[in-house]
Amino acid sequence: MSVFVDKDTRLLVQGITGRDGSFHAKQMIEYGTNVVAGVTPGKGGQTFEGSVPVFNTVEEAVKATGANTSVIYVPPPFAADAMMEAAASGVKLVVCITEGVPVIDMLRVRPYVIAQGARLVGPNCPGLITPGQAKVGIIPGRICTPGHVGVVSRSGTLTYEVVYHLTRAGLGQSTCVGIGGDPINGTGFIDALEAFENDPETKVVAMMGEIGGTDEQDAAAFIKERMTKPVVGFIAGQTAPPGRRMGHAGAIISGSSGTAAEKIEAFEKAGMGVARRPIDFVDLVRERLA
Amino acid sequence: MNIHEYQAKDVLRRYGVPIPPGEVATTPEQAEAIARRIGKPVMVKAQVHVGGRGKAGGVKYCPTPEAAREKAEAILGMDIKGLTVEKVLVTDAAEIGTEAYVGIIIDRATKKPVFMVSAAGGIDIEEVAATTPEKIKYHPVDAVYGLQPFEAQQLGFFLYQDAKQARAAAKIMQQLYKAFAENGCSLAEINPLVTTPEGEVIALDAKMSIDDNELERRADLEALRDESSEAPSEVEARKANLTFIKLDGNVGCVVNGAGLAMATMDLVKYYGGEPANFLDIGGSSNPEKVVNALRIITADENVKAILFNIFGGITRTDDVANGIVTATKQNPLKVPIVIRLTGTNEEIAVKILEEHGFVALTDMDEAVKKAVELATQSQGAEGGK
Repeated sequence: MSVFVDKDTRLLVQGITGRDGSFHAKQMIEYGTNVVAGVTPGKGGQTFEGSVPVFNTVEEAVKATGANTSVIYVPPPFAADAMMEAAASGVKLVVCITEGVPVIDMLRVRPYVIAQGARLVGPNCPGLITPGQAKVGIIPGRICTPGHVGVVSRSGTLTYEVVYHLTRAGLGQSTCVGIGGDPINGTGFIDALEAFENDPETKVVAMMGEIGGTDEQDAAAFIKERMTKPVVGFIAGQTAPPGRRMGHAGAIISGSSGTAAEKIEAFEKAGMGVARRPIDFVDLVRERLA
Repeated sequence: MNIHEYQAKDVLRRYGVPIPPGEVATTPEQAEAIARRIGKPVMVKAQVHVGGRGKAGGVKYCPTPEAAREKAEAILGMDIKGLTVEKVLVTDAAEIGTEAYVGIIIDRATKKPVFMVSAAGGIDIEEVAATTPEKIKYHPVDAVYGLQPFEAQQLGFFLYQDAKQARAAAKIMQQLYKAFAENGCSLAEINPLVTTPEGEVIALDAKMSIDDNELERRADLEALRDESSEAPSEVEARKANLTFIKLDGNVGCVVNGAGLAMATMDLVKYYGGEPANFLDIGGSSNPEKVVNALRIITADENVKAILFNIFGGITRTDDVANGIVTATKQNPLKVPIVIRLTGTNEEIAVKILEEHGFVALTDMDEAVKKAVELATQSQGAEGGK
């Protein structure tokens, strides 16, 4: 078991002939992910790497191949449409790697994807990996190893850093979920935590947050009230200076609650382990697995 | 990207929001001329991208055009929270009955644009939010449908008992929302929204922030950028596609990814050092980016050691290594450098670096400790001179 992606994932790559899309499609195939189709409008009928059929539309691709998950590598101006197209075509999990999607676009994409009954991860995220089964996105496969630690994070390379330490210490992962840091995204901390709580393979969760917003505090409240599995947390940005804030709206809506100190306090109150450094995850996770 | 009050007002005027006449001036003489044109007492207001202008003395009432010139002379060139005032807005000094607050922000929690309105507006609105939150009405908007007239009316009547004023405010809410949505804003704010002695409702101050991701497709919004209001090093970094924020410490940091960059700064502090900056070279890095990053960092005289922390995913560590070699050939370093890299093409990167006499580390903690140590040593050596 695992969450969101596994050996039954039938992956479609939107933007498969582009620079990033083709590079990462190859990496995902090499990792053993079942990549069943690619989509690039105007390039339908071609074959990618001699084995993956390319279609003009997601609808055609899903009909022909039974794809159930899509990963998106299209440029920002087209990303909103690509997410909606995937959801409209019956794909159940839509993962958008693209960075720089305007937030105004996401205000309509998010409700649309939810209304189609699909799950969205991202945008501006590294994607997901269930070690040994499927890699959907850009998380480097060789730093991961199968195991019982669920990983969820707002950041990309910081996730790699933590996973790298875990793997070196022999602490494998059930699934790593990079939710991305954009203000309007699909899957949040709580969605991922709930999935880990329900996943028999996951025994402990490692969570990496950042300063800004109240997502981590909300997650801490969820952990306290609803989770039986232990969670270890980290907040990046403890030394970040307070930004020069324009206007009052940000302060009114979040009070003082964007700071690392406040988030760490919320973690502690929820009974979570708090990693001060990325490497601290190793001991904190190991204690909770024992 | 933040835009100035006068720019936000120009945008809102196009959407029909009632705003007193005003123009921007860069010299005291211009300010006087504008005041003369307005023909009434004016306010002279510093145009800087920071809150608290009024409390810093950057907003003054001027009963005559001569006073406008004098006050403009005092305000232009003034330093407000580290920013130099280059422009002032000279605007009709409306008489104020009541002051209300109206703001819209993208809310991470509800994943919607949220209206916040309060009859207790003005410069102390944050205090109101903290001590008497019931005086603020929060209203999330379903962005698919936009702000409906009945919603705007609810907000209007929350502010004003007088039906005429409530309806006028409702109209302003809809205009503000439209301006927010059509210009890719992450924030739009009118504070204060005032009633005049004649009973009119008008916007006396406005702020807008545009989502950076919107600027790519909106040259008209990008044109509102005022580079003079940003730190020169930050402007240079943006042009090189780097995210850079200058800080006060002495360990210069070059990292890929914002989360790891912040975690690196935290670790510098953890081991007793102070980061000199936040610098994210981003995902698909090429050697050129690294060259630019090093130029920006070494321009800061406070930097006593440079720390690279690269975890290669999309970023190829050999690109970074090549960038370091190229940059240091062009401009030999005057301070020690500590390089940590791991991930994509690590073996090639280590080989490149070693061939050029650099040491490559793979452990983040070890690298940070070393960089802090070196920075402290060279700081100490200088102090002893």
